Amino acid sequence: MNLGIDTASLGTSGNPLRVAIVGSGPSGFYAAEALFKSPLAVRVDMLERLPVPFGLVRYGVAPDHPKLKQPTMVFDKIAQSPGFTFLGNVTVGRDVGVEQLRATHHAILFACGAESDRRLGLPNEDLPGSHTATEFVGWYNGHPDYRDRSFDLSQEVAVVIGQGNVAIDVARILAKPIDELRGTDMAEHALDALAGSRVRDIHIIGRRGPAQASFTFKELRELGDLGGCATLVSESDLHLNSASLAELEDKNNFNAAKNVEILQSWTTHCELPLSGIASRDRLLGNWHKARERRLILTADYYSGASATAACRCLGCRLSQPGECFPVRPAVLTACPVYMRQAGSSADRQE
Amino acid sequence: MPHIVTDKCQSCRFTDCVTTCPVACFHGDGQMLYIDNVQCVDCGACVPACPVHAIYEQTELPPDKLEWLAINAQRAPTLPIIADKQVPLPTAEARKRELGY
Repeated sequence: MNLGIDTASLGTSGNPLRVAIVGSGPSGFYAAEALFKSPLAVRVDMLERLPVPFGLVRYGVAPDHPKLKQPTMVFDKIAQSPGFTFLGNVTVGRDVGVEQLRATHHAILFACGAESDRRLGLPNEDLPGSHTATEFVGWYNGHPDYRDRSFDLSQEVAVVIGQGNVAIDVARILAKPIDELRGTDMAEHALDALAGSRVRDIHIIGRRGPAQASFTFKELRELGDLGGCATLVSESDLHLNSASLAELEDKNNFNAAKNVEILQSWTTHCELPLSGIASRDRLLGNWHKARERRLILTADYYSGASATAACRCLGCRLSQPGECFPVRPAVLTACPVYMRQAGSSADRQE
Repeated sequence: MPHIVTDKCQSCRFTDCVTTCPVACFHGDGQMLYIDNVQCVDCGACVPACPVHAIYEQTELPPDKLEWLAINAQRAPTLPIIADKQVPLPTAEARKRELGY
């Protein structure tokens, strides 16, 4: 069938505007809602490559944040609009082509999101033990593409690279006592694996300084309230240069000001290097109480080197495994689990 | 913790906030908007969207704005949902300057 464009009658009940929406996450549903709110008569076919809808709300929102999954109730309502059809298990480009959709719809809306991670472009980015946050988040949320991934949680140090809310989610899931994760939406296989986790030190490493971190302050604050976990920032990582101070003066930048305030409340006067547990314990005294975990936030903005702590961390693994490596005043050895969270990029489905 | 619209919202009607809300929990009268805190999912997306910073998370409410917690809870359910951006009031820009933004 070829619809052609009969502009005179398009959008009337006899010739409704037919739109194919590719993807059933929040953007797909809100696009459908906007179409149904228009004065036109509209038919929406929503195509989803997975069997179930809701995309990032189902597979991205952290399982211990159930309230943030409540927009699915709004999506359910949108899905009940007359003229809405959901087609699950349909991959555009494999099961149906764009040309076919063109022939049967007046418009195609791609709302398939950014599925692949932005590469950091660092040497050794693909070493075993280095994962993208997308993989880890998909894994603990039971996403079919990632449920078979495995993460070595037998080591004591994990490094999360990035200063956004996904970095916080990843770190929080690693840090949270397992009993607090049971009864959440977390996938069973992830609960089993995290129950056996030996990770005790979780480092969140940011390329820029505390004033530039893109955490939402509310999410950041939660890291300070985790049971059995000390959240720490080295005093030296909280240094604010004049440019940062000027940024924080801006009334419209209040989220950054809150972030800095929260980070400052976690200040420790110890250096918190990315080193092995044993040497750190010597350095800091008998820090670890029984089963206590530590969350350590680090900014590398002021080190003056273009390479980030992450880069050094990776480089160290390849060239000098097990050896100390200078990072400012600290030392760095292997960082066995390493998650990258540095934004995402969209791949075309075709 | 629910999010609260305070009286800083009055005389503006910028309504940028309503376009960010994933669950359409803003309600409005002729004066200002209110958040239905039963519907609000606490995503916080509306907070930076407000040009006059009228929206606070409950724990962040300044002491002189605490009363707005109860006012939001009472007013919101009785008023129509505002889900689309409205035309700002003629007083909006002056109000924004008055509030120091």
